[in-house]
Amino acid sequence: MTSKQEPGHLLVVDDNKVNRILLSRGLEGHGHKVETAENGRQALEKLRANPFDLVLLDIEMPEMDGYQVLETCLQDPDLRNIPIIMTSSLDEIDSVVKCVELGAEDYLNKPVNPILLRARVNASLEKKRLRDVQRKLLHTFATKEVADELLKTGFSLGGKYVEASILFADIRSYTTYAEKEDPGEIIDLLNDYFALMFDAIVDYHGTVNQMAGDGFMAIFGAPISRDDHCEQAVRAALEMMELVDGFNLEQAARNKAQIKIGIGIASGNMIAGYTGTQHRATYTCVGDTVNLASRIQNHTKEAQHPILIDQYTKEGLSTTIETEALGSVIFRGKQQPINIFAVKRK
Amino acid sequence: MPTIDKATFEDLKQISGADFINELIDAFLEDAPKMIGEMETALATRNVESFRRNAHSLKSNANTFGATELAGLAKELEMMARESNLEIGNRLEVLKETFLNVAKELEEMRT
Repeated sequence: MTSKQEPGHLLVVDDNKVNRILLSRGLEGHGHKVETAENGRQALEKLRANPFDLVLLDIEMPEMDGYQVLETCLQDPDLRNIPIIMTSSLDEIDSVVKCVELGAEDYLNKPVNPILLRARVNASLEKKRLRDVQRKLLHTFATKEVADELLKTGFSLGGKYVEASILFADIRSYTTYAEKEDPGEIIDLLNDYFALMFDAIVDYHGTVNQMAGDGFMAIFGAPISRDDHCEQAVRAALEMMELVDGFNLEQAARNKAQIKIGIGIASGNMIAGYTGTQHRATYTCVGDTVNLASRIQNHTKEAQHPILIDQYTKEGLSTTIETEALGSVIFRGKQQPINIFAVKRK
Repeated sequence: MPTIDKATFEDLKQISGADFINELIDAFLEDAPKMIGEMETALATRNVESFRRNAHSLKSNANTFGATELAGLAKELEMMARESNLEIGNRLEVLKETFLNVAKELEEMRT
């Protein structure tokens, strides 16, 4: 443990005024910034309004007790990373055990021993700081949803069956007014393009998991399962087309290269998991659905439609999205003809 | 017989800082009569839950100041209420009496 502890922003929750004064004065004496709440409802309001590093939470309270606050925090993605230390009287040991099992960080008996208070608060703050650093690192190499899943479930390379949608996108052609393409300009173009596309994917809860050249693959409905993955994937594709239109306008205005893209989406069951080694791994999906999405994307040029989807995806769409049946296609390496649909843009 | 345990009280001063001990005493002398009042109301209206909660809070505060006897009385009442037993005899009167002694002593312990 570090001897020099950085001050934290702490919330003391207790219905009892004496306890609130006691804990907050003690903690302020250690250099922390302390706020107080008189009941669970007030505590949650404060937690949602401002970032806190640690909560000291009483169990017995009117309006909303410590259990309810603890459970609410643990279920809220924005609050579950804040460590919670339960404060309770000695004869509430059963309640304390229950809280620790639920996910409380630690506990303190009341009346609080000053040395224990200092030690437990500092240890919890230190642990939180380490976890924050870890989380930040993780977010720099993984997408947010993958990072959250990893932090929640722990790291394991095992796979599982999921129902999801796979989106493949590729730049089909570059058109340019310039006589000759400048390599630096093309890389700038790609970077701008990817930034826009990834925004669209993330807006619709997708995860970009592979990039190759000017193409990429995104997953909807995994690792976080969601029923509307088909709709989300197609909406992301429509958004991507809109963004590409805007992008091309800007490029044209600056007399720079413009692009055409193709998007293929297929949905169904697949195996998802972390592939790689313990040191370097990526979240991915494998299976026929993934191959199909890639093939459908390849077919966009021939079909003269920028967004193509399979039947499974079409059946998962709401009526607000219009599609056009393009008949069936036999793809290379596939035995069965596949029904293909074009997604209409508004 | 002193009603406040000196060692506990010194610990309390250490944790809150000597400057804040008066603030703590104020808070207790302001809140404890309210808790006792709530217990009386709860007893009259047979509100077991309110009785238990207020006894619990009073016990917690009494322990904080080292008022061991008061804490013991409050705890006994809390336990009875927990078992939905409000046949408490004259225990609440005894508790009130004890609290008044504690209050007197705390007034003298201000810094």
